[in-house]
Amino acid sequence: MPKLTINGQEVEVPAGTTVLQACQSAGIEVPHFCFHERLAIAGNCRMCLVEMEKSPKPVASCAMPAADGQVVKTDSAMAQRARKGVMEFLLINHPLDCPICDQGGECDLQDEAMAFGFDRGRFQENKRAVKDKNFGPLIKTQMTRCIHCTRCVRFATDVAGVSELGATGRGENMEIGTYIEHALTSELSGNMIDLCPVGALTSKPYAFVARPWELRKTESVDVLDAVGANIRIDTRGPEVLRVLPRLHEDVNEEWLGDKGRFAIDGLMKRRLDKPYVRVDGKLTPASWAEAFTAIAARIKGLDGSKIAGIAGDLVDAESMLALKDLLTGLGSTNLDCRQDGAKLPAERAGYLFNTTIAGIDQADVVLFVGTNPRLEAPLINARFRKRYLMGGFKAAAIGPSLDLTFPVVQLGEGPEVLADLADGNHTWIETLKGAKHPMIVVGQGALAREDGAAVLALAHRLADAAGVVRDGWNGFNVLHTAAARVGGLELGFVPGAGGRDVAGILDGAGSGSIEVVYLLGADEIDTSKLGKAFVIYQGHHGDAGAARADVVLPGAAYTEKNGTYVNTEGRVQLGRLATFPPGEAREDWKILRALSDPLGHKLPYDNLAQLRQRLIEVNPRFAHVDEVVPADWVAFGAAGPTGAGPFVYPIENYYMTDPVSRSSPTMAACTESLRATVSQKTGTNG
Amino acid sequence: MLRDEDRIFTNLYGIHDWHLAGAQKRGDWSGTKDLILKGRDWLVEEMKTSNLRGRGGAGFPTGMKWSFMPKASPDGRPSYLVVNADESEPGTCKDRDILRHDPHKLVEGCLLASVAMGASACYIYIRGEFYNEASNLQVAIDEAYAAGLLGKNACGSGYDFELYLHRGAGAYICGEETALLESLEGRKGQPRLKPPFPAQCGLYGCPTTVNNVETIAVVPTILRRGGAWFAGFGRPKNNGTKLFCISGHVNKPCTVEEEMGIPLKELIEKHCGGVRGGWDNLLAVIPGGSSVRMIPKSICDTVLMDFDALREVKSGLGTAAVIVMDKSTDIIAAIARLAHFYKHESCGQCTPCREGTGWMWRVMERLVKGNASVEEIDMLLDVTYEIEGHTICALGDAAAWPIQGLIAHFRPVLEERIKTYRAAAVARSHAA
Repeated sequence: MPKLTINGQEVEVPAGTTVLQACQSAGIEVPHFCFHERLAIAGNCRMCLVEMEKSPKPVASCAMPAADGQVVKTDSAMAQRARKGVMEFLLINHPLDCPICDQGGECDLQDEAMAFGFDRGRFQENKRAVKDKNFGPLIKTQMTRCIHCTRCVRFATDVAGVSELGATGRGENMEIGTYIEHALTSELSGNMIDLCPVGALTSKPYAFVARPWELRKTESVDVLDAVGANIRIDTRGPEVLRVLPRLHEDVNEEWLGDKGRFAIDGLMKRRLDKPYVRVDGKLTPASWAEAFTAIAARIKGLDGSKIAGIAGDLVDAESMLALKDLLTGLGSTNLDCRQDGAKLPAERAGYLFNTTIAGIDQADVVLFVGTNPRLEAPLINARFRKRYLMGGFKAAAIGPSLDLTFPVVQLGEGPEVLADLADGNHTWIETLKGAKHPMIVVGQGALAREDGAAVLALAHRLADAAGVVRDGWNGFNVLHTAAARVGGLELGFVPGAGGRDVAGILDGAGSGSIEVVYLLGADEIDTSKLGKAFVIYQGHHGDAGAARADVVLPGAAYTEKNGTYVNTEGRVQLGRLATFPPGEAREDWKILRALSDPLGHKLPYDNLAQLRQRLIEVNPRFAHVDEVVPADWVAFGAAGPTGAGPFVYPIENYYMTDPVSRSSPTMAACTESLRATVSQKTGTNG
Repeated sequence: MLRDEDRIFTNLYGIHDWHLAGAQKRGDWSGTKDLILKGRDWLVEEMKTSNLRGRGGAGFPTGMKWSFMPKASPDGRPSYLVVNADESEPGTCKDRDILRHDPHKLVEGCLLASVAMGASACYIYIRGEFYNEASNLQVAIDEAYAAGLLGKNACGSGYDFELYLHRGAGAYICGEETALLESLEGRKGQPRLKPPFPAQCGLYGCPTTVNNVETIAVVPTILRRGGAWFAGFGRPKNNGTKLFCISGHVNKPCTVEEEMGIPLKELIEKHCGGVRGGWDNLLAVIPGGSSVRMIPKSICDTVLMDFDALREVKSGLGTAAVIVMDKSTDIIAAIARLAHFYKHESCGQCTPCREGTGWMWRVMERLVKGNASVEEIDMLLDVTYEIEGHTICALGDAAAWPIQGLIAHFRPVLEERIKTYRAAAVARSHAA
């Protein structure tokens, strides 16, 4: 623990901190641009120069390790002079187009210039102009504003793991770019916008849309994958204008995937804003009362076993519980929240990411089974990459070949390799056994298939054989792709006694033994198999489910309701209402509560607090917000023969996985640019 | 004047054979094995005794630098010697003559220096433009390998040593030691932050010492003749002999080996046939390559050519490249040209140098014409102080000093130029 003196104040800091961080811990602000806690140290902006005793020159505090006995002065004449000089240099070629710059109001350069700048310019020459680059559909560039801090370069290289950005040219001709112009291929590229201290990299969809002080900020969670990244939703009036990550060390650190950040323009497209009832084969607008009457007419008197409910990927726990309570009241046990057909067990350890995301930092060996975390959960993949960069980390995968931005040994493609490993017939088991903190990550690609339960049992057997679960360490993980999944499993939105699962419901609908199917935001099922069943679709987007529905009930998207979500680790988090649902759309649990009345099974909660109380009654773990309650290691899965086919990863196109992102013009542009990049890689076009 | 028998570089002008046979005839590679067998402690001590200071410009004591290298390697990292042959300092051409005419001195020096710091491999990073020099040096290395002087069991001493030559691609900044290491590793040549210093974490993250060509090339002779012999030349702390490269307005520009501390006037008069048009025609001298402040004639009359004497007059010995300018020189244009050089060669990594060098050059260009105000001279001086000492490497300082020297010694010339320009402008406007 080095002890140093900063501005006459004695400070003790943990070993390995820099002088800049020591100053911050003492409450002394040192201006800086290039330094960022989560990136490699560059020391190139020179803004953080401070005076240090025994050093004839001011030192860059961001790069200087704090050491015992250092005497640092941050406001001496020498430090002030250096700072003022650097600020002047940064500004001489900066365009000072703040009035038309999207960074205005939240610009580090603007703020620091206010605090440390000079009130007049002495630069008489022409300013430098730099040609803009095309970084793809997400990032707008204005390279004349660039101050060459290289944060974006370091982020791309280290965190995102794509060495696509770099500096070309020398001296004042140095430019940041992709060498050969192309769209960035990272799923995390949007974070460079946050990192850029000036307006050189700004959000393309958000360009010239709003000023930061116009926005209302709501803290919420992202639901477009199962990570549960903490976000801040910025709204103006009824519109969600942008989403930014919030700091959560155990989940997303301070990053956010591009889908969670940019798919939000899909919230204003293809929305269901009024109820519809199918009349003569055509969906026609209706009032809520008409819609409810149509449903009641179909359901009343129907035997519960002929009714079924499927919950989708973006649904909050409250509405799933309300639907479960309603259908149970109607006598149905045909419930399923696993619309992809994944054979997820009832045992918690069998469906959670037990190691936790923060636990990845300790892992030294990992085996991916039927999962491509880069597309399914880019933030978790980034955590693995971070672990890889720390050194002493080995990864292997079973499934088609992958590019995870870190080296992965490809062991094979299908369940037979998993069996070989579990039986000790594969040499790689030794690596897993020899690890201090081994991890197995089973993806939906391994579970959402006919033999899913057998694969899960195999994975369990392998976990036991390799000792992946040991004292104080549970290395068995299931990686989900849907934000609603774990919540649904936690509250038991699964077939009850004698109930049918998704495949059973679809079969039943086809054969006529299921007559009413309630789709709660469920769009990822094969709707053509619903046969002649009466389909009620409750959701927010006119996607596959609504197209097939007989009655459409307009619900709220995740930004428009207060809802509870449980991420892949089993962490309970709260999403918050940032705007109101459009038109006649309502919060989902309220729709179900209202519908329950005409159906004669009035749900016993009148407000959100009562519903949440009921949620905690069903599963007390819902009371532990932002906590991960560890699961007991028990047997799960169903041992049996496995099929021969290779695992198929659930996500092919990261940018389009759910009704929101499918409606998003930005995500469509990303898909197009991705295709363009892929099609260029034929190997024959130069 | 240095006696012939005390010269280290006996084939500086290339009149003898530079190949191995010729070099051996001049005494190179004699008793190398015995020197190696005396062990690294003896070698380092002998270098400390010699008081040799680095010949690349900064003048850091070589023996002390070598002693920073770790004695043992608990983590298994090897140590490296890297020789900086990226000689690009304007006016400097001393390493070039060693590389093409006396390469075996360098090759032998690499072996001995590596032994002294426990390095099993040495990389010579040579300036890309030095094509013939690189080719001669490669021949010399090949000859040494063929003769068993390098490689496994070098010189039969039992020491295994590999020597590699790497050609740069023509960036001045790659002569900065850490930028050189970056370039050698295959990355963009940009200086690294210090600490960590190369002696702890240098090439490929291993302990590394970077030395100038001349520093390494004098090592074998110092070790053979003894550190005390070398320390017998020059003034205290500024010992030994040194290659001086004199260019510019002298009658016979040359590179010459002389004793440290020789008076500048003597150096120019004895070896270069004097200043063009006589000593009184001298305007100013940049005594250490373009990166130091110039000194006007009044100082040149008496100044001695060594590290401390030149520092006393607010200049520096640098690479000992003496650029002589007589009274025909447009001193402002000369410094503006240097400002352009630094603007062109700045790597662009850190702010003050990236932005400041271009600013200074543009102001200098206007000052050449006189198209400026007198206040801008003070502003320019202030800008040089804002760059100096605030950058990652010394290129910022090097860009600032020539202009500081100009303003310190030739301010009236600058003001006069402005006045003339203004008068002409006024006359033009009246005429129009």
